[in-house]
Amino acid sequence: MSQSLSLRAGLVSILLLLAFIGAWWGATLPTQVDLGDMDPEYAAMMGLDTVQESDIPTPGDIGSAIWTHLSDPFYVEGSNDMGIGYQLAHSLWRVLAGFALAALVAVPLGFLIGMSPLMHKALDPYIQILKPISPLAWMPLALYIIQDASISSIFVIFICSIWPMMVNTAYGVASVRDDWLAVAKTLEVGPIKKAFKVILPAAAPTILTGMRISMGIAWLVIVAAEMLVGGTGIGYFIWNEWNNLDLANVIFAILLIGVVGMILDMIFGLLGKAVSYKEV
Amino acid sequence: MSTFDNPFDPNQSLHRGCTCGKHASQADHNAAIAASPNPTDEEAALNRAVESSIMRSLFPEDRTRRNFIKAVGVSTAMAAVSTFFPMAAAKAVAADPVGPLEKKKLKVGFIPITCATPIIMAHPMGFYEREGLDVEVIKTAGWALIRDNVANGQLDASHMLSPMPISASLGIGARQQDTYVATIQNINGQAITMHNKHKDNRDPSNWKGMTFGIPYDHSMHNLLLRYYLAEHGVDPDQDVQLKVIAPPEMVANLKAGNIDGFLGPEPFNQRAVYEGAGFIHVLSKDLWDGHPCCAFGATRSFVEENPNTFSALFRAIASATVYAHKKENRPEIIEAIAPANYLNQPKIVLDQVMTGRYADGLGNIIEEPERADFDPFPWESMGVWILTQMKRWGYIEEDIDYADIAEEIFRATDARQRLAEMGLPAPEINSKKHMIMGKEFDPARPQEYLESFEIGRA
Repeated sequence: MSQSLSLRAGLVSILLLLAFIGAWWGATLPTQVDLGDMDPEYAAMMGLDTVQESDIPTPGDIGSAIWTHLSDPFYVEGSNDMGIGYQLAHSLWRVLAGFALAALVAVPLGFLIGMSPLMHKALDPYIQILKPISPLAWMPLALYIIQDASISSIFVIFICSIWPMMVNTAYGVASVRDDWLAVAKTLEVGPIKKAFKVILPAAAPTILTGMRISMGIAWLVIVAAEMLVGGTGIGYFIWNEWNNLDLANVIFAILLIGVVGMILDMIFGLLGKAVSYKEV
Repeated sequence: MSTFDNPFDPNQSLHRGCTCGKHASQADHNAAIAASPNPTDEEAALNRAVESSIMRSLFPEDRTRRNFIKAVGVSTAMAAVSTFFPMAAAKAVAADPVGPLEKKKLKVGFIPITCATPIIMAHPMGFYEREGLDVEVIKTAGWALIRDNVANGQLDASHMLSPMPISASLGIGARQQDTYVATIQNINGQAITMHNKHKDNRDPSNWKGMTFGIPYDHSMHNLLLRYYLAEHGVDPDQDVQLKVIAPPEMVANLKAGNIDGFLGPEPFNQRAVYEGAGFIHVLSKDLWDGHPCCAFGATRSFVEENPNTFSALFRAIASATVYAHKKENRPEIIEAIAPANYLNQPKIVLDQVMTGRYADGLGNIIEEPERADFDPFPWESMGVWILTQMKRWGYIEEDIDYADIAEEIFRATDARQRLAEMGLPAPEINSKKHMIMGKEFDPARPQEYLESFEIGRA
């Protein structure tokens, strides 16, 4: 039954895709234009032809953009023109660096907040104020103070990743079941051992949920940050193609960002599954 | 006769046409120098230049020199001159005009617009390499980032809008940091592009209520657009809205009808025409023929800490600028700067900008060879004009000494000396009068000029 459901769902997905591409293709069909007695040189200067391509790239344009970029992802044509593989690698590196730094800060702090009601109350106002700030709002300040565009974008990832991880860690730690803590107390487990053997495993699924949310936000933010800062990365790639008003390449990059984001999310989903357990 | 030809050849004339005498015009001379001899020939060429200048000063009348050499023979002439002038020493001094480079690996920023042509082309065409520099040209996402990255030293030198070194030096809209205009990158090469719906509304005095795009507050684009509107009785602060928009977004916004027009850098005016979004209303050349737009700038601390490197950088950019000035080099330059690593633009668009034969979007092909041009000399009077306009629109509020500031920032004297060392032509004065929209600007009377405008905040 469930197998046939998956099969049918897959079929519907494919049909939807085909319908979408068909509609897209139909909407972007080239049209015959009557240039009248327009000077051919003028027409060429205006990029006009008797067969007028649509302003919006066709599915074929996107297909050829995908093929061009994926068939040679690691070329280097100078420091401002590198293959999409390098651009992705730069973006992923920044995301992972900022994310790892955030985890180093957020998880211990989250532990502290979760375990100590005093710290929870004391730090809460700061977290509440800092949490809703758009990560990109930090960018000018970061650029001014850090004075390095690349490190600034890592900082922006750091500052946006930290809150969901911290809040979730604190929540996970605070909601470890009391009877488990009571057992630990009866067995006279030391505080370090208690943290690693009892609280961490119990809170791990919640912590990973926080990390998954953070990673999603970080991947959203890096693209915007790189568009602002330029240089390298998938965001820079979009900016560079936007500079050339080349929508086919922009759409290709959008698709790629979606796919990579999905993969990152899947990885954290699997990690979350690995640390969760069913209570019998 | 070129500076590099043999002055001991009796059949050569040392005095003719351009500064060196070999070329029919100054323009030919400039290109020949820019396309200058390959490095192995350079020493010989330099020796010739030294010999030429000595012989010229010994024999102000070229006929006398020729007669003298014919009479005594080349070797005797050389020996005779060498006895009372240490020619070998002079050659040695000239061959090593600067000491070793303090820094060879440099980062130079640019914004992908045609104004940056000399900075960009110097990379693929080897102008930096010839000076022994390993320059990375860094495509930068916006002017604010250029400002910040120059201020914090991530960029050693950069493409800047001409007013940017002034605002940085005065600390207006930027971290205060003494910044120099080493050369002007380009002159002319901007335009006012309007939405197609305004095809029948070409009179700017009817433009009240419209919205315009400019690339940056401290830009020639902003100052020129304000000037143009005000000359037609439109107050740029009261009657219209000026929005800072990145050039590619100007085209998209124009297409969407969000803005009525923009004064932007090339190739985006031509790109707007090419995209069918608008038409070229007026070239900035027609507002002020020869106006500066972008500059090549560096902070004072970089120049002072790396004088030899800076000289080498100056030579690379100045010779690229002179090379870009020459029309017949333009096709080669377009090939060099069009790829994704640099401008990332279709060649047909660049071609129209750089050759000046372009479609205006109204159905006409226009021939305007001076549409985009390149001239490295940083006239101090340009700095004074920028200051008057920054004062006029309230960017500068306090009283200033125009000439002092312009002299400090626009390094005309330095540029002249360096250009002369390279054998390139340079004006003998630092300031001149400019004609802007039919009105004369006298840099000696900035305050009077400022007070002559009806519309303004000053």
